[in-house]
Amino acid sequence: MRDPDTDWVLPISSFILALVLAVIPLPEAVAAFRPDWVPLVMIYWALASPERFGLLTALCLGLALDSLSGALLGQHAIAMLVVVYLSLRFHLRIRVFPIWQMAMTVFVMLAIHEFLLFWVDGVVGRSVPYIERWASVLTGALVWPLVLGILDRVRQPNQARV
Amino acid sequence: MNVPGGTGGGRAATSLGARFLLLSVVSLALMVLDHRDDHLSRLRQAFSVLVYPIQMSVNLPFKTWQWASTSLADRAALLSENAELKAEQLSYNVRLQRMAALEAENTRLRAILDSSARVGDRVLVAQILAVDLDPYRQRFWINRGLGDGVFVGQALLDANGVAGQIVRVEAFTSEAVLISDADHAVPVSVNRNGLRTIVVGTGDSGRLSLPYLTNSADIVPGDLLVSSGLGGVFPSGYPVGWVLDVHRRPGQSFAEVIAEPAAELDRDREVLLVWTPEDIEQKEEPTSLAEAEQ
Repeated sequence: MRDPDTDWVLPISSFILALVLAVIPLPEAVAAFRPDWVPLVMIYWALASPERFGLLTALCLGLALDSLSGALLGQHAIAMLVVVYLSLRFHLRIRVFPIWQMAMTVFVMLAIHEFLLFWVDGVVGRSVPYIERWASVLTGALVWPLVLGILDRVRQPNQARV
Repeated sequence: MNVPGGTGGGRAATSLGARFLLLSVVSLALMVLDHRDDHLSRLRQAFSVLVYPIQMSVNLPFKTWQWASTSLADRAALLSENAELKAEQLSYNVRLQRMAALEAENTRLRAILDSSARVGDRVLVAQILAVDLDPYRQRFWINRGLGDGVFVGQALLDANGVAGQIVRVEAFTSEAVLISDADHAVPVSVNRNGLRTIVVGTGDSGRLSLPYLTNSADIVPGDLLVSSGLGGVFPSGYPVGWVLDVHRRPGQSFAEVIAEPAAELDRDREVLLVWTPEDIEQKEEPTSLAEAEQ
């Protein structure tokens, strides 16, 4: 069996999958509810394996997301950096939280993430005053148990939690 | 309670904080440089090459579906479609015959008036990539880039009218903005009487707004708006939209005019990139100069 601490296949494929999910076309009605897959997966790996996936990974993923979505170069990067900094700073505490409390923490982190994106948009004068923008934060927190469950199962089939 | 996990005292935490600050400064600097000018176009192009496989892999299922639906369509459907297309082509051909005569007449009249003749524009078909950008902005990627000679500010048309323009060119792809984007405006003239105005996007792909028409302006629902060619981005004479609704409010100095885009902005899969004769001239000028010197 693969050793979960040295396996690179799962993290990298999960990052690529998250990037794909972030830009895959959705019907207009549900597009606003698309969870922020990349920050979610990044938070998972920052919690699960903080010595391997940290700020540099967050920066690279953020820049990839900027390039993919045509945003200002660095916009998603800085939002991801803040989220991952928080995850790394408190990873031992977050890891022992019960699942609902973990989802709450993720909710707060995604809200900070979305706020930073919103703030940069405001500073450079891209007007996006829509309230729906915050819907993705809620759906993100709701799918967190799913992300956690699936990645945990695949990473360590015998152990339950991060 | 102190830093959990920071068993080596404050050192691990400090270095984490320091690295966080450093990388944040890096991304802030990137944002400032990217926003100010085109300093980062090289870097952006490098990144776009890296993420190109992701865009392709997202686009692939949609492309496969298109391919499958055409190659697996049954014979009867194909035959009926073929018959329809033939009938359509016939009607176009009839119109085209008149068009040729009209064009010749137009050239003659222009020669009499001593103004320059309008030459045809060069076009290139581009596919829209099935990749979602920010849902709040009317933007998309197309599969043509630097190698195809695409340039920033180039006009995009679809079969029915003006669709948008190019805002960023990468190595293999380009980002385009639709005329319905809230930050986009097209100079137009009313086809019926030549009244010039500006069409502004609303953020909704089915509506355009004309905010700069006074209450007394001669505009009625059903008027065709064509690009006026002012501003130098869009070639003149292409349909932009039809006026849907004119709302004149006595208390206000400007009328509220809503138009519907001529292009099928939300249903397009293919668009045309346009090079006007001036664009082609500009590009070919250096070579012809060099030839002249020789």
